[in-house]
Amino acid sequence: MKQLNAKILSNEKVGTAFYKMRLASSYLAKLAKPGQFVEIRCSKGTAPLLRRPLGVHRVSSLGIEVLYEVVGKGTEIISNKRAGEDLDIIGPLGNGFDLELGSDVNILVAGGIGVAPLMALAEGLSVKKSRKIHVLIGARVKSHVMCEGEFKALGCAVKVTTDDGSRGYKGLVTELLKKLLATHKVKTYLPDFRGITVYACGPNAMLKSVAAIAMEHGIPCQASFEERMACGVGVCLGCPVKVKSPEGYKMVCKDGPVFDAGEILW
Amino acid sequence: MNMAVKIGRLKLKNPVMAASGTWGTDYLELSDAGKLGAVVLKTVTLESRTGNRSPRVCETASGMLNSIGLENKGIDDLIENKLPRLNGIRTCIIASIAGDDKREFKELAVRLSACKRVDAIEINLSCPNIKYGVNEGLIAHNEKAVYTTVKAVREATKLTLITKLSPNVTDIKVFACAAEAAGTDAIALTNTFIGMAVDINTGRPMLGNITGGLSGPAIKPMSLRAVWEATKAVDIPIIGIGGIMDYKDAIEFMLCGASAIQVGTANFVNPNSTVEIVEGIEAYLKRKNIGGIGKLIGAIKLG
Repeated sequence: MKQLNAKILSNEKVGTAFYKMRLASSYLAKLAKPGQFVEIRCSKGTAPLLRRPLGVHRVSSLGIEVLYEVVGKGTEIISNKRAGEDLDIIGPLGNGFDLELGSDVNILVAGGIGVAPLMALAEGLSVKKSRKIHVLIGARVKSHVMCEGEFKALGCAVKVTTDDGSRGYKGLVTELLKKLLATHKVKTYLPDFRGITVYACGPNAMLKSVAAIAMEHGIPCQASFEERMACGVGVCLGCPVKVKSPEGYKMVCKDGPVFDAGEILW
Repeated sequence: MNMAVKIGRLKLKNPVMAASGTWGTDYLELSDAGKLGAVVLKTVTLESRTGNRSPRVCETASGMLNSIGLENKGIDDLIENKLPRLNGIRTCIIASIAGDDKREFKELAVRLSACKRVDAIEINLSCPNIKYGVNEGLIAHNEKAVYTTVKAVREATKLTLITKLSPNVTDIKVFACAAEAAGTDAIALTNTFIGMAVDINTGRPMLGNITGGLSGPAIKPMSLRAVWEATKAVDIPIIGIGGIMDYKDAIEFMLCGASAIQVGTANFVNPNSTVEIVEGIEAYLKRKNIGGIGKLIGAIKLG
């Protein structure tokens, strides 16, 4: 990781609540991995004081992209930054997704802004053409459905749910996961089938439900957590997640943000 | 430029330290701790502590609340695993200790006195996020408990002792005097101020522990005032802590009588802030034609 000034290449509103920002940094282009995040300083003054952690949405040859939701003062200030400005960031931080699980079928479950890091993951996974990638996107309303076209362009099979049914299915994204697994279950008996992996990012309630479904089917599940953070590097111990091991807690920033679902005390 | 200061028998190459709980080896990639006067390690207890429930941090106006709850792996882990990793760092290492009673503080001091890498001990009597067993409250909120605890540690070690006090008291002078009488070499002021915040959308407290310690620029004027009061009451060095973000803040504390300063929350915002503060103080002394750091301490002009 490094603290660096990255030039903003673009920072545009997508949909009704989200923004996509492209940052130039050859360092991050080289090192950032799907599932990692960066800590962004919103202002040079003291309000907001703390950096804001944003997940890596995409890694390109120029740098990285972040996709974020405006949820408070910090992200609002970030959303007002213009192309050409420098942004003080620390990254890449945390551990990313494990892309080497080598499963034939990879199911990516996104809840809300949790879709952001799954794009980088899908791009990473799609390098191997034999991999089947399903993406299940859960959003509140139609205008919050992100990246559907991009996932399809990568060759992913995409299904969408919204809370109000304004786009795709109506209901919880976890219902789609159950249905999908029901159709895939039969294949697990085939001798050359190398399994299914579930990757999830979204609100804690969704992660908990996804983890339970995956465990029920005996499928590995990698869950990426969101948590309020201060330092972002493992020093302040401010972003705990309960784990089954005797230490009690692990830190989302340093030990995560991606955890094996079996490790978590849900 | 002479930037060296003395705290007890401990000589620091400059007066800037990283505060307990805000520095760890993870920061070595981002900032050169070898340029600092000292780093104070995360508070250690005899046994490991899992810490408080989530959420543990929350931003407030120009500050932050935390309720970590002294999460640490205990003294054995510190000695076996953490201290060896600090061997290559060319700065003083100050261990921070906390316990339920004076017996625990004493045992920690004895264990740490045998560690070559430990240059001094900070006695943390003032973490607002835990309940100390015997006192059912903070040791730093009871001047007799401050006296007996510091005295017990004093009798257990020859290392330089720094006593870190709580600002959440009526008269800080009483507590500073109690620590001095018990034989501490210096006093660190202040720990965080107890505070809270509520999420009006959920109706719940922003912290899992309900209340927490407020730090950051929001507390600086109050910490500065506590330092100012304490310097008038005791003859031992005071270490100023509270919302220091840059060299200007550090100099304010030193003008008010602090012999050294600690930087806490600023590390989270800018991990290199401590190093920038060292450079900033040095440049200030040159600019102002002040011959050495000693001339800055307590040089506030009154009247």
